[in-house]
Amino acid sequence: MKLLVPVKRVLDYNVKPRVKADGTGVDLANVKMSMNPFDEIAVEEAIRLKEKGAATEIVVVSVGPAKAQETLRTALAMGADRAILVQTDDEVEPLGVAKILKAIADEEQPGLVILGKQAIDDDSNQTGQMLAALTGWGQGTFASKVEIDGDTATVTREVDGGAETVALTLPAIVTTDLRLNEPRYASLPNIMKAKSKPLANKTPGDLGVDVTPRLKTLKVVEPSKRQAGVKVADVDELVGKLKTLGVVA
Amino acid sequence: MTALVLVEHDGGALKDATLPAVTAATKLGGDVHLLVAGEGVGAVAEAAAKIAGVAKVLVADGAPYVHQLPEAVAPLVVGLMGDFDAFVAPATSRGKNVAPRVAALLDVMQLSEILSVEGPDSFTRPIYAGNAIATVQSTDAKKVITVRGTAFEKAATEGGSAEIAAVAAGEEAATARFVSAEVSKSERPELTGAKIVVSGGRALQNGENFSSLIEPLADKLGAAVGASRAAVDAGYVPNDYQVGQTGKIVAPEVYIAIGISGAIQHLAGMKDSKVIVAINKDEDAPIFQVADVGLVGDLFKVVPELTEKL
Ligand SMILES: Cc1cc2nc3c(=O)[nH]c(=O)nc-3n(C[C@H](O)[C@H](O)[C@H](O)COP(=O)(O)OP(=O)(O)OC[C@H]3O[C@@H](n4cnc5c(N)ncnc54)[C@H](O)[C@@H]3O)c2cc1C
Ligand SMILES: Cc1cc2nc3c(=O)[nH]c(=O)nc-3n(C[C@H](O)[C@H](O)[C@H](O)COP(=O)(O)OP(=O)(O)OC[C@H]3O[C@@H](n4cnc5c(N)ncnc54)[C@H](O)[C@@H]3O)c2cc1C
Repeated sequence: MKLLVPVKRVLDYNVKPRVKADGTGVDLANVKMSMNPFDEIAVEEAIRLKEKGAATEIVVVSVGPAKAQETLRTALAMGADRAILVQTDDEVEPLGVAKILKAIADEEQPGLVILGKQAIDDDSNQTGQMLAALTGWGQGTFASKVEIDGDTATVTREVDGGAETVALTLPAIVTTDLRLNEPRYASLPNIMKAKSKPLANKTPGDLGVDVTPRLKTLKVVEPSKRQAGVKVADVDELVGKLKTLGVVA
Repeated sequence: MTALVLVEHDGGALKDATLPAVTAATKLGGDVHLLVAGEGVGAVAEAAAKIAGVAKVLVADGAPYVHQLPEAVAPLVVGLMGDFDAFVAPATSRGKNVAPRVAALLDVMQLSEILSVEGPDSFTRPIYAGNAIATVQSTDAKKVITVRGTAFEKAATEGGSAEIAAVAAGEEAATARFVSAEVSKSERPELTGAKIVVSGGRALQNGENFSSLIEPLADKLGAAVGASRAAVDAGYVPNDYQVGQTGKIVAPEVYIAIGISGAIQHLAGMKDSKVIVAINKDEDAPIFQVADVGLVGDLFKVVPELTEKL
C-alpha cells in the first residue's frame, strides 16, 4: 500500500508572528520556516506504518513556492521515499489544496492519505476533511492512534468529550493530532541520502486544477493586547485580590 | 437569506455550544433554521425549538445519524442546502469534522472559527494562534462557517417556539463505521462553558499531584479543570483537558494558570479570559505578561494554602 502525506511549509512554531505594518498579512520575510508540526507527525506515522510492513511506499507532497522543496527534503530525510512539489507562488486556500491533492491521489492511488489536523499558520483545520469529501473516502480526523488491518484503518480520535474510535474502509483519510506519535529527527547520513531521492515538479495547471481564491483577505491586524497586571506578595494578598474581583465571597 | 445551523448534541441533550452559533447566524441578517441529526433526538429537537430567534427546526432522525459520522451527516446537509444561503456549525470537534466536508461538496471555501460578522459576507477570524486577526470576505454564493463559541453571546434557551419539521433520513455511511467512544466523566463544569477554570502545567510532575493539588482548588471554586499540552502529553490528565491553539478555547470569568509557562500556543486558548491569575515560581515566565494577578512562588506550597484559605 502506498501512503500519501501532504506537508506544508509554515512559520516555525517558536517564532512569534509579527503583523505587517500595512495590515496585509504576517511578515514572513527573513524568518525561520519549518514543516508544520502536525505534518511531521503525519510523516512519522507513515514511516512507522512502513516499518511495520503495513505500507510499501511513502510519497510526500507540498503545495507552495520553490522553497517548499526544503520541507519536502526534510520529509525525505525522515524516511519518505519520494516527493512531489506542486509549485505556485499564489495563495492556495484549503479548497484549492484539497483539489490538488485529489488530482495527485487520482494519479498515485494511495491506500491512505495522512495529513495534519491543522496548519499552525492559517489554523483552518479543513484540508483533510475537504479531500475526504472530494474523494468520497472515510475520514479519521484528530487521530491519536492508527491501526491498519487488511482493508480497514481503525482510528482513535481526540474529541471534545474524550475519545472516539472509527473503522474506515481503505482508501481513507487520516488527520493527525499531537499525541499520535513523537516525530524522529533526521540523522545526518539520512539528510545526505535525501538529496538524491526523487522530487518531481508540477504546477496546479499541469493537474488541471483551478486554485483561484474564494476568500479575500481585507486586512490583518494584531489582536488587542493584554496589559500585565499586578504581582501579589503572598497567598493572603492573592485571596484578597480574588475577593475584590468578586471571584470568591 | 436563510442560515442552517447544526445543533450540537450528544444524542440525549442539546449542548450549549449550539447557542453562540445561533447568535452568529442571526447576525447574518436573515432567518435561522436549525438541523438536528441523530437517532431518537425528539427531546433535542424540542429544546432546539425553544431557542430564541429560531424560525424552524429540521430533524433528521434515523440510524445513519446515531453517531453523527461526517460521512453520513455531510451529504444530508448538502441535500438541504438548496434552500439555504449559509451553513453554520459550532467550532467543536464535531463541527470541525463535518463542516469542511460540506464546504468541499458545495465547492465553497469555509470560514473557520469566526470571531465576528462584519457584513453579509465578511468576517474576522484568528490566524497564527490568535497572534493576528484577519478580516476575510467570501466570494462564494453559499457560506460555510464555523463559529468560535467564546466570541459570541449565547442565544437564550427560552422564548422561541419554532416549528419542528422532519426531513427524510439518507444513507448509512458506506466508508466509515463507529466502533466505540470513551467519554470522560466529570462532575465538574464543562471546560468550554465554565465561569472559572483552574489549569495545571508540566510543573505538577505527575497525575497524583494534579489530583491532590489542582482538583481540590477547582472544587472549592466550582471550577472546571484544564491543562497545558505538556501536562496532557505527560499523561497527568486526559486529552480533552488541553487548553490552547490545538486544544480547547476558553474565555471564562477567571482563568487560574498554575505551573504553566505561557507558551503562545497555550495563550491562544485562554488569553480572552476576563481575569487571568498565574502562579509560577519563575518571575520571568511569559504567563505573567498576560496575567492580571500574578504570584511568584512554589505551587507545592502556595496551592494547598490557597485552597485552604478560600
Ligand atoms: C505561496 C503562498 C502564500 C500564501 N500567503 C498567504 C497569506 O499571505 N495569507 C493567507 O491567509 N493565506 C496565504 N496562503 C494560503 C494559505 O497558506 C492556505 O490557506 C493554506 O494552504 C491552507 O490553509 P491551512 O494550512 O490553514 O489548512 P489546514 O486545513 O489547516 O491544513 C491541514 C493540513 O493540510 C495539508 N496542507 C495544507 N496546505 C498544504 C500545502 N500548501 N501543501 C501540502 N499540504 C498542505 C497539511 O497536511 C496540513 O497539515 C498562501 C499560500 C501559498 C502557497
Ligand atoms: C503544534 C503545537 C501545538 C501546541 N498546542 C498547544 C496547546 O494547544 N496548548 C498548550 O498548552 N500547549 C501547546 N503546545 C505546547 C507549548 O508550546 C508548550 O510546550 C506547552 O504549553 C508548555 O506547557 P507548560 O507550560 O505546562 O510547561 P513548561 O513550559 O515546561 O512550563 C512549566 C512552568 O512551570 C513553572 N514551575 C515549575 N515548577 C514549579 C513550581 N514548583 N511551582 C510553580 N511553578 C513551577 C516553570 O517556571 C514553568 O514556567 C503546542 C506546541 C506545538 C508545537
